Formats: sequence, C-alpha cells, structure tokens
Amino acid sequence: MTVSTDRSRTGNRTEAEAPGLGIRLLPILDRYGILLVILVMGLVLYALQPDVFFSWRNITNIFKQTAVNSMLAIGMFLVILTAGIDLSVGSVLALGMMSLAVANAAGWAWPIVLLLGPAVGLATGFVNGVGITKLRMPHPFIMTLGMLFMARGLANLISGGVPYTGLPDAVRFLGSAQIELGELDGTRLNLPVGLIVTIVVYLIFWVFLEHSVLGRRIYAIGGNPQAARVSGINVDRVLIFVYSLCGLMAGFAGLMMAGRTNSGFPNAGIGAELEAIAAVIIGGASFFGGRGTVLGVFGGVIIMGLISNTLNLNNVSVFWQQILIGLIIVVAVFLDVVRRGIGTRR
Amino acid sequence: MTQAQEEAGSGNYLLEARGITKHFGAVTALRGVDFHVGRGEVLGVVGDNGAGKSTLMKILSGLFAPSRGALIFDGRPIRFQSPHDARDLGIEMVYQDLALAENINIAENIFLGREPVRRLLGGWLPLVDHKAGRDHARQHLDNLHIHVKSVEQRVGELSGGQRQAVAIARATAFDAKLVIMDEPTAALAIKEVGKVLDLIKGLKDRGIGVVLISHRMDDIFYVCDRVMALFHGANFAEAALCDTSRSEVIGWIMGTKEGQGELAHDRVH
Repeated sequence: MTVSTDRSRTGNRTEAEAPGLGIRLLPILDRYGILLVILVMGLVLYALQPDVFFSWRNITNIFKQTAVNSMLAIGMFLVILTAGIDLSVGSVLALGMMSLAVANAAGWAWPIVLLLGPAVGLATGFVNGVGITKLRMPHPFIMTLGMLFMARGLANLISGGVPYTGLPDAVRFLGSAQIELGELDGTRLNLPVGLIVTIVVYLIFWVFLEHSVLGRRIYAIGGNPQAARVSGINVDRVLIFVYSLCGLMAGFAGLMMAGRTNSGFPNAGIGAELEAIAAVIIGGASFFGGRGTVLGVFGGVIIMGLISNTLNLNNVSVFWQQILIGLIIVVAVFLDVVRRGIGTRR
Repeated sequence: MTQAQEEAGSGNYLLEARGITKHFGAVTALRGVDFHVGRGEVLGVVGDNGAGKSTLMKILSGLFAPSRGALIFDGRPIRFQSPHDARDLGIEMVYQDLALAENINIAENIFLGREPVRRLLGGWLPLVDHKAGRDHARQHLDNLHIHVKSVEQRVGELSGGQRQAVAIARATAFDAKLVIMDEPTAALAIKEVGKVLDLIKGLKDRGIGVVLISHRMDDIFYVCDRVMALFHGANFAEAALCDTSRSEVIGWIMGTKEGQGELAHDRVH
C-alpha cells in the first residue's frame, strides 16, 4: 500500500520502513479475515458432518435460506454506513410481500405484481429518508421504529390479516427457480436463482460503494457528516437515497420470500431487521458509521447461515442458535474494538 | 451602494464586505462590519470568544447569508446560496474542527465533493478515478512541501499537524484565490505549528489571499501583513502589522485602545 516513489523523493525512509509483520498483515486481515473465519467454520462443520455438509444440496440450501437476509443486510449495511439504522425492513418486507400477493389475487398482470413488492419497499424507504432528514427526526431509530409499526399494520390491513397463497411462476422465479446444471455421481446439480441474484446484487453494491462518487460520499458522510456538508455534498439528499435503497432491498427481499413460499403472509419478516443488523455487525461494519465492506456483510450473512445450517443438521435446539448468534455479535464487536485500538492513532 | 459600477471602482481588493449585519433570532452576532483582504495578503482577524469572528468567516465562505450588507469579490457584488458558490469563486475555508473524514484516505479527503471521475461504457457508468485522485493528491502535496507516508493513509492515522496540512491541501487543491482559516494552529503540538505557518507563507507567495483567525500572537506576528480586531460583533481596530505591537493587539481583543484609560469592556456592561 505504500508508495515507493513518493517515499524516496521525500526521503522519509526511516519513518516508513519495516513496520512489524503484524502491522503489515493487519490491513489484509482487516479486509479478508472474514473469509478465513468462514473457511475455518466450514472445515469444522465438515468434520462434524462429513457426509452432508459439503454436499451440493446442502451448500445451495444454505444460500437459499440466506437469500432473504442477504437482501435485507446489504440495504441495512448502507444505512449503518451513514451511522443510521433502519428498524422497519422486516415490516417493509411483509408489506411488499402482501402488496404483491393481494395484487395478484386481484388479478393484476404478473409484471406489475412482480414490480410491486420492490416499488412498495422503495416508497416506504423514501418516506423514512424524508422523515429523517426533512422532518428532522432526532434519530433514524425513531422514524424507522414508527415505520416498523405502520408498515406491519398496512400489511395486515390490505390482506385482512390472512395469508394469500399461489403466485404465478414468473413472480416466483427469483425466489424459487432452479437452474439445472446436469448430473454428477447420480445427484442432480441445481443452481438456485436466488444464489445468482445474491451474487449479482452484492457485486453491484460492491462497485457502487467502492467506485461510484455517491458510494464514496456515503462513506465520507458516515465518517464525518459535517465534513461532507462543508464539501458541498447534499447530505440530506444522499441520506434519502440511502434509506430509499434500503427500502427497495427490503421490498425485493419480500419478493424473494414470496417466491420461495409461493405466498404472502402478513407475519413475514418479524424480527428480520435484527438478523440483518446482526449480519452487518458480524461482518465488521462499525455501528458508528463509515466503516465496513460489502465482502464483510456477505461474510456476516454466510456465517449466520452456516450456524443455523449446522445446528439444524446436528439437531441442536433453535434456542442454541439464538444464544450462539448473540455470542458471536458480542465477540465480533469486541475483536473490532481491539483491532481499532491497534490501527488508529489517538 | 446598489450599483455594480460604483462598487467596482471602490478598490482593488480580492474580497470586500460592507456593513455586514447578522442576526440569529434575537441575538445580533455582527453589526455593520466592514472587511477587506487583498491578493497575496495575509490578514489576521482577532477578537475574544463571541466577538463574531467565526460568524463573519462563515458569511465570507457562503455558509451563512448576512442579514444585511454586501459582499464584493474581485470588484463584483456577489451573493452566495451555499458554500458551493463560494468555492466556485475560489474561496475556501479550513475549519477549526478540520472537517476531514477520518475513515477515508488522504487523497479522498482532498477531493471530497469534487471527485475525479472517469466514464466507462460510453459515459453511462461514471466511476471515481481513484488513480487520478491519488496522483493529483500526491503531486499537490509535493507542491506544498507536505510530506506523508502515502496518500492512501487514512486520515485517522495522522497527527494533528498532518491533518491540518491535509485540510490546507484540500482547501488549495482547486485554484483557490482566498483561503480562510479558523484557528489552524490551536490543536497542534508546538513543533507542528511552524510547519503550518510556513505553509501559510507559501500560499501567500503564490498570490493566494489568506484570512487567519487566531488567538496566538506568535502566529499573527509571524505570518500576517495586517491585523483587524472585532469586538462585540463590530469593527474595533485595524492596522498594518508594522504599525502595531503585540500588546496593542492584545488590548484590542479585550476592548481597549491606546490612550483610552478605560476598558471598552466596562462601557458595554
């Protein structure tokens, strides 16, 4: 990462030379450490269940189960990058899901039904953003807590509180379709479309956050909103965009869940916002904004998926999952505190 | 003073302010303040806490709009809607709290809000040109004789003096004509103060006007050409540096002028 030409020109050799191995490894660990964690976890799980764990079916299953959380977490990550929070994503997921299920039952054309979920999510996210910035809510917590109740209420209202079952294949495609890859040793290899969607969405977000002007400004706003403001950045507009995008992803998650379950049910996604926050935090993002990577969030989602997968495989009570995930959150943040103590000059 | 022609004839200042008054609700922060600074001039602005220095600077840099009064830049009357307008004219502000994002690197801080962009896919995909940003930042820092290990260092890893240098580099990265600095040395270790002051001298040599708010007489008397004092939101005194002394300027801050037996402070209360 150091610039050799610069160093020789300025003659700053002594200062720049030979930091300890640990210090040099730190940025790399910082960036890719989460992959290491996943690898270790994978090996342990493989040791526990050698026959099942690495089977194609189980691996794709993990991705199928994490697809919804992936969508919620990446939107949540954007919000947390700006030092905000969006508590409404679980309810918005349900609202998007119910909107499209009800519209389908009312006989709307499938392209509209398909777009309705994400569109409803986008709209609620926009309302969140406007409330936080223009109505000057003291903290995003308040506005999105309000939206948590409003969206849930709306989801119940439009459906009468009952589930709607049966959706056209085109609407279900993203959430449930499989692409057949062929056969290997007598087992059929099917690639769930949800996995492809996850990867594509994460790639788009990676390019957006690392390489677009707006993405870099989101990081800057998370680091120091005042600095961004005096740099001529319209912070309010960026925040409205961020919350809108988070809402869009929640609506999209609603579409995926509707596809997977072939239905809409108004109790969908209760508590999902907390799982999304957990994935983001496990992935190393700072709750105070400005720090974290798309790869980290992906890792956080996968770690949570691996835990529930393995505990299910090993017939461990779901209550242990909760305890374990809680522990991991605390440990992950503790490691972050330690890491930051080494990395930053105070 | 409504006609542009009249104002254009009124002197050769880079930036001039006339009769600036600013109310915040019932509080009057500035009353009828006049101000001017020339090209390549370093103007020191002194005054006690609450004298109105920071408010005046925020008006000059477009962050606040004055309640009354006129701004004239390069002989033309101007009105800022936002700091953006002031920046477009080449007026830059270095804030007391530095206004840097600690979580991103030096190069990105320097170009924050003005990121270099390259367009891919026939212009449809504008992406930040990280390499151009790094190269320009490196070159600009070299021009200013600012030394850092790497422009990819996060600002959070820098010392106070290095941060101040980055803040100044940021202010001058785009053809600045006037740089306003609010207490640039207040938070620095003593050995770093000299470097920042020399940086200010370097700006002056390039013909850039500098407005320096400082409490430190050492700073004022090391770099400034002229010093003006505000007291309770109004002009109090001003002089070329060679015509005044430290004790006189300190007196101004407290509201006393030579020959006046009493403290202005006592009159007010």
